[in-house]
Amino acid sequence: MPLSAYLVVSVALFVIGLAMVAARRNLIYVLMGLELILNAANLNFVAFNRENPGDLDGQIAAIFVIILAAAEAAIALAIVLNLNSRIQSIRPDDADTMKD
Amino acid sequence: MTPESQIVWLLAVPLLPLVAWALQVSFGRFLPRQGDWLPTGAMGLSAVIAVWMFIGVLSGHDAGTGTLVSAELANPLTWKFFFSDPALTEGLAGFQAGILYDPLAAALLAMVAVVSFLVHLFSVGYMQGDSRYNIFFANLPLFTFAMLAMLLSDNLLFFFIFWEVMGLCSYLLIGHLSQDKEKPRTEAAWASFKAFMTTRIGDVCLFIGMMMVYDKFGTLSFHGLYAAVADYTANGTHWEGWLTAAGIMMFLGAVGKSAQFPLHVWLPDAMEGPTPVSAMIHAATMVAAGVYLTGRLFLLFSPEAQLVVACIGAFTAIFAATIGITQFDIKKVLAYSTISQLGYMICAIGVGGVAAGLFHVITHAIFKACLFLGSGSVIYGCHHEQDMRKMGGLRKKMPITYLTMLASTLAISGVPFFAGFYSKDAILAKALEKSMVTGDWYWAAPFWLLLAAAAITAFYMFRLIFMTFHGKPRDHGSEHAHESPWTMTVPLIVLGTLAIFGGKFWLTDPMHAISGGDEPWFFQIVDDPTHAEFATIDLHDGHTEAAHDSHELAGHDDHDIAHTAHVRAMFMSIAAAGSGILLACLFYLWGILSAASIANRLGGFYRLVLDKYRFDELYNATVIRGTTVLSGFLCWVDENVIDAFVLNLAKLHRGGASLSGVFDKYVVDGMVTWVGETTVAAGQTLRRLQTGRIQQYVYFTLAGALALAAVSLLGIF
Repeated sequence: MPLSAYLVVSVALFVIGLAMVAARRNLIYVLMGLELILNAANLNFVAFNRENPGDLDGQIAAIFVIILAAAEAAIALAIVLNLNSRIQSIRPDDADTMKD
Repeated sequence: MTPESQIVWLLAVPLLPLVAWALQVSFGRFLPRQGDWLPTGAMGLSAVIAVWMFIGVLSGHDAGTGTLVSAELANPLTWKFFFSDPALTEGLAGFQAGILYDPLAAALLAMVAVVSFLVHLFSVGYMQGDSRYNIFFANLPLFTFAMLAMLLSDNLLFFFIFWEVMGLCSYLLIGHLSQDKEKPRTEAAWASFKAFMTTRIGDVCLFIGMMMVYDKFGTLSFHGLYAAVADYTANGTHWEGWLTAAGIMMFLGAVGKSAQFPLHVWLPDAMEGPTPVSAMIHAATMVAAGVYLTGRLFLLFSPEAQLVVACIGAFTAIFAATIGITQFDIKKVLAYSTISQLGYMICAIGVGGVAAGLFHVITHAIFKACLFLGSGSVIYGCHHEQDMRKMGGLRKKMPITYLTMLASTLAISGVPFFAGFYSKDAILAKALEKSMVTGDWYWAAPFWLLLAAAAITAFYMFRLIFMTFHGKPRDHGSEHAHESPWTMTVPLIVLGTLAIFGGKFWLTDPMHAISGGDEPWFFQIVDDPTHAEFATIDLHDGHTEAAHDSHELAGHDDHDIAHTAHVRAMFMSIAAAGSGILLACLFYLWGILSAASIANRLGGFYRLVLDKYRFDELYNATVIRGTTVLSGFLCWVDENVIDAFVLNLAKLHRGGASLSGVFDKYVVDGMVTWVGETTVAAGQTLRRLQTGRIQQYVYFTLAGALALAAVSLLGIF
């Protein structure tokens, strides 16, 4: 399969993720959108690594991203839980106490 | 006695009164009898040492060792001390200070110490009940200390320092009564001020003269100056003008201190001081200092300067004597008598008789101290009455005072065989000799003036005696007069006895010490100060050597003239004294002639003399008024020129400052404010972007990214 096929999938994943982050009114979906964006990047790493079979740089970077994504998800979900217990909402627009 | 131990004894003479002063001024109040015994005792001790040293000088002179001291400090005081860089000190002379104890200093040291002790003793009685008794007894020894230390100085600078200390003490003592706790006398304050300022004029002149000789000769030590002048005149007999000027300048210091015309005005006013102070100033200290200075510096005087000295002295002698006739205050008469006698001494030095002049200082100190203390006793006895017109008939009531004062009056009048006769005779002989040797008319004038002054002196002194002690009491004060206590009569007796017998001593050869020469010993050793033999001590290594001086007495060519002059002067002076006394008897004892009618006939002239030739008025109108006008003008300049300049400068500065303030306010501050306001405005505008909605931010980010992507894809940059 040519590289462009992977890239097309990656772009599709990124755009879907970005749309979720920008448009969803639920923080959980926003986080899921972030996961999609990260995985789009992972797909790019792995795909470009395939062009250079001699080394494993892209694959290792992908593994790092996965680990980071796991850590990020843990912290982000904790924040969401805290936010819910404080303002009884998980809509990002409601968390506006620092405004003015 | 070794020279080293001699120095210790010599230093004790001035230091004892100094220590007494220090103790008296700090603790005098707390001592029994307010401590009057302390300075008196110290002075007594000092007098004993001074006399004992003097006897040593007399008896040991021919041995040539150890009796005369000229010592210098081991580590001389030097200006180099003030500079660390050796290059700067090049050409700066080190300054030596030391002790000079030659026959002249020895004789005066003994005289001053003895008279001063007697004055202290007298003051114990006279000052009883004074509200500042302890302070009086502190200032008196300080005064004596300054005089004694001055006599021992071997250089003009130290001489000048003690000279000034003496000026201060005279100020304090003349003004003593101005601080009286019960009834302060403003006259005393003015008198002390006048004495201080008048002598100050002379002091400044003396200092200028000192700087002139130091500039040329590079030394201020007396013997250094003698040697320098001897060298200077050896190259040619011509005396340059500046040396004459320097001599006259230094002589003006003596004019101020010894109350010579035209700076005589302070001395009569100094009578505001208590009587012992007057005795001290007129006999032992102060005025004697001026004569001593003139005698010390005689070798520095050019012939022209000598003429000035002689003329000022002779003129003062006759001028003050005429005022003395007209005064009625007993102390004022004595004051003018002192001025007149000082004129004698100064004139004697001017005509070349240094020894004669200083001989008269010593005899005069004795009988004038006696006269002043006697007048103090009279004033004390008459319950502080000083006007002779209210006295009279005190002969019976105060016999001791009468006899001692009579002896002193006979001495001051120059009656043969009393002390004053010898010295006055020596002065007149010197003056006549000078006029005969030179043959110039201007050298003859001093002699005739002095002779006339001698007659007038005899007249007014007997006038004083007759008005005070003879006739009938003219006031209840003198009716109830009483003799003074022993502390006052003992000094009188001692001084009166010395006034009778104290003259011949100086002319004889008491211990057969000085052989050779046919002049009296005092004249031999004093007339030429460089003639004396010194044991010069180098304190550095304790080495002693006798420095033999090669000077010989001047040639005896004029010896015959001197002898003729002496005989003539003696007869003339006896005649002058006799005529003066006779006239006084005619006027005041027998009443054959009336002083009042003569005064009436003289009219205006009499009133002129009575007002002391109106010198006070003249000085008030010229010098003092001139100074006041000048200071008024300077005040005007200060207010209208200097102050105006300063004020305008201040205005200018204020104008400049307000301009700068405007700039600061509107330009510098404006810029700062503008930056702040702009930042605030920008913040207000931009804060609207920060909505707090995260997803809006994402839109913005996306838009930015798309814009960047568009820019890079379309290749705008």
